[in-house]
Amino acid sequence: MRISLVFLSVAVATAGCQREERQLRLDPPVAAALDNIALMPNGISGAPPEAYFALDKPYESNAYNLNQGKRLYSWFGCKACHADGQGGIGPAFLDGWWNYGPEMVSVFASIRDGRPHGMPAFRDKMTTEQIWQLAGYVRTIGAYSAKTAAPSRNDAKHTRPSENRAPAALLFDQGPTPVHPDQGPTP
Amino acid sequence: MRGIAERMLPVLAPPLMLAGCTGWQSALDVHGASAINLKHLIILIVTVCSIVWALVMIALIAALWHHRDRRELAVSLDPRRERRMTITVAAAVAATVVIISVFTVLSFFTTRALSLAGNDDLTIKVRGLQWWWGVEYFGSAPDQRFETANEIHIPVGRNVRLQLEGIDVIHSFWAPSLAGKQDLVPGRPNELMIRAERAGTYRGQCAEFCGLQHAHMAFFVVAEEQPIFDEWVRLQRQNAATSSDAEVTAGQQVFLSKQCAACHAIRGTSASGTTGPDLTHIGSRKYIAAGLFETTRGSLAAWIADPQTLKPGNNMPMVPLNPEELRSISAYLASLK
Repeated sequence: MRISLVFLSVAVATAGCQREERQLRLDPPVAAALDNIALMPNGISGAPPEAYFALDKPYESNAYNLNQGKRLYSWFGCKACHADGQGGIGPAFLDGWWNYGPEMVSVFASIRDGRPHGMPAFRDKMTTEQIWQLAGYVRTIGAYSAKTAAPSRNDAKHTRPSENRAPAALLFDQGPTPVHPDQGPTP
Repeated sequence: MRGIAERMLPVLAPPLMLAGCTGWQSALDVHGASAINLKHLIILIVTVCSIVWALVMIALIAALWHHRDRRELAVSLDPRRERRMTITVAAAVAATVVIISVFTVLSFFTTRALSLAGNDDLTIKVRGLQWWWGVEYFGSAPDQRFETANEIHIPVGRNVRLQLEGIDVIHSFWAPSLAGKQDLVPGRPNELMIRAERAGTYRGQCAEFCGLQHAHMAFFVVAEEQPIFDEWVRLQRQNAATSSDAEVTAGQQVFLSKQCAACHAIRGTSASGTTGPDLTHIGSRKYIAAGLFETTRGSLAAWIADPQTLKPGNNMPMVPLNPEELRSISAYLASLK
């Protein structure tokens, strides 16, 4: 009886060693499959490929991927137009108002193919995996609900609530009346 | 026969182990001014400490031996013997204090000399990143500035000031044959003065755990005579070599149209990314991927084809290329002498 108790407590304790897995190498066929998103004709919303669900939505819930996305955000100059999420030349992310809807596929498509009025296409600058990572990170900036996974904190002074503190209700802005009523939920 | 081998082992083992003290990355095989000072300090301290240790052991053994067959009562004190013992203990304590004080003063002056190695003849900026080293040379005009990676060329017998800057996490610059360690801390510029007394290539590596590929974050300091160094600088300042070879031209096209150019710069082309190492003269560098492989066309191709298998977790993504593109791109990079 006592022995089994010891075994049980050891088993429970070792469960704490379980660590989030980092997928460092994405197999090329999987990467190619992840590129095949189905977008609605108006470029808003759609469905991610089967592979995305088979991998268990790694770009939304995996802290390593979110953190890589955060690095890509500064490496690829997103700050030049979107600042730290407050917007500038480009739209803000913090206000929770997504011009093309809040779905991952919409954000992925915006980065990969670009959008009218200045958003450049990053198809030839980033790999599919990087675009997914960046899209995942961008969505945490203006997320409607807090996540358990978060990228690491800024080394510099924070200019806004950190990514896992969403929703930043004070900063949310309903924005203009939606042109398309199918643009997704509001906070 | 086996008996001889067993008896020879204690004789042969120390020289075999000492053989590990030489080489291009050893604090005991020194070729730089500050490393030479440090080695002298190490040898002095180890020698003195060994002598003290041996004397203590001899005294201990003598004391144990001496007391073996005498069963005196503790109360029967011999005044002369007591005085002698008091003097011995006092002398030992005084010797300890003196030796430690001398060590302290010597260490202080040795380490102070490291930071005040005189005026510098050359300033180089070294950036530590996960997991490679960015190296930046300056000149009298902005167009004389150039960047390279993982390979620092310095002239022999000159004081070279390294401005150390950590970009992402804390790294530590350590070329044991030339100087001690100095940390690269984000947001806090550090400096290190190095001076090579002899020409040669000295290996160094990151000495502060900095993540998954900390072990694969090596760099090379190449010390050359002044004329050779000047020639190297002249070549590095030039834009990337151009070629009329069909495969090389095709490789350049692939490089510029694919994701490569977003992170890497090649001066003289439209590639101007700053996230990854500058590749303007990658063919002239001895190693790629921070000391992972020697630079050959084959190793370049292997690296580009699957960087995440060769150095898992590094920031170079797997760019989808067909075999034709991979062949031409490796030919192009190898041609960038």
